[in-house]
Amino acid sequence: MTAVQSTPGPAQAIDAPRSPYRRSKPTRTNFELYAWLFMRMSGVLLVVLVLGHLFVNLVLGDGIHQVDFAFVAGKWASPFWKVWDLSMLWLAMLHGTNGVRTIINDYAERNGTRFWLKMALYVAFTLTVVLGTLVIFTFDPCPVGADIDASALPSFCPAR
Amino acid sequence: MARTLPALPTVSGPTGTLYRGREGMWSWVGHRITGVLIFVFLLVHVLDTALVTVSPQAYDAVIASYKNPVVGLGEAGLVAAVLFHAFNGIRIMLVDFWSKGPRYHRQLFWGVLAVWLVLFVPFLVRHLSIIFSPVEH
Ligand code: HEM
Repeated sequence: MTAVQSTPGPAQAIDAPRSPYRRSKPTRTNFELYAWLFMRMSGVLLVVLVLGHLFVNLVLGDGIHQVDFAFVAGKWASPFWKVWDLSMLWLAMLHGTNGVRTIINDYAERNGTRFWLKMALYVAFTLTVVLGTLVIFTFDPCPVGADIDASALPSFCPAR
Repeated sequence: MARTLPALPTVSGPTGTLYRGREGMWSWVGHRITGVLIFVFLLVHVLDTALVTVSPQAYDAVIASYKNPVVGLGEAGLVAAVLFHAFNGIRIMLVDFWSKGPRYHRQLFWGVLAVWLVLFVPFLVRHLSIIFSPVEH
């Protein structure tokens, strides 16, 4: 800096007022901008997906008491609810993971802590999304076998 | 010689900063807490739902263990959190994208609480009547 000071001394270490500076290192991509936009776009979709999910499962019919294997099988026998639940899983997990990433960045001040908390978050994200996706794609509403209790199956299954 | 400084304007109060200590800050605190709560629940919820691929009995056994008033009240708390997060999320989008959003952010916050009350109270009445009634098989 070439700021002119009238009195020499420690004040020379301070930049002149309004001298330009960078808040952070420039980045190559606009990742944070797209993440910000994604939080809003996924939020709009999640209002419909999550509130619809809660309404159908907790309010209609017998509410929470209706939920059992036969109820889930009845829903996932239809591609409509499979697409619904798969979209909800992916959007909520991406939205929630990005939200928690922001919170970790806000509060974890040490580099190592921040890094490991985010690694734990990404592991939880991957395990949950892979497991949930596999469950929806491999689900069989009418499983057969010696260890299957047929009375727990939905009424449309031949074993009933 | 002691000199008294002129009184500085306070930062809170109606003419203070946009966020600190008022509707803007509390909506942010609430949004953050509910967001983390819903996320943690979602991890557990995917795990218990995955039991449908183990066997119908395994799933039904775990779900049956949830059908009591204690877990039922937890469910009501979760619905309360989701409703707040969802409508406060819409408020955030209005503040960001609607030209008058920042000016009315405070009124929007009270609007969020009003919508929350209108939806949550009927839900609670229905849900309580279910969780305090016997489970049929
Ligand atoms: C129901 C519809 C939802 C809407 C409308 C919504 C909306 C939003 C919005 C607009 C943000 C703010 C992002 C920002 O400040 O840049 C946000 C943050 C967040 N959301 Fe959601 N969200 C919804 C559902 C969810 C769900 C299901 C989860 C959990 C899986 C979740 C977890 C979070 C978290 C952890 C944050 C970060 C909070 C923070 O940074 O303080 N949200 N949400």
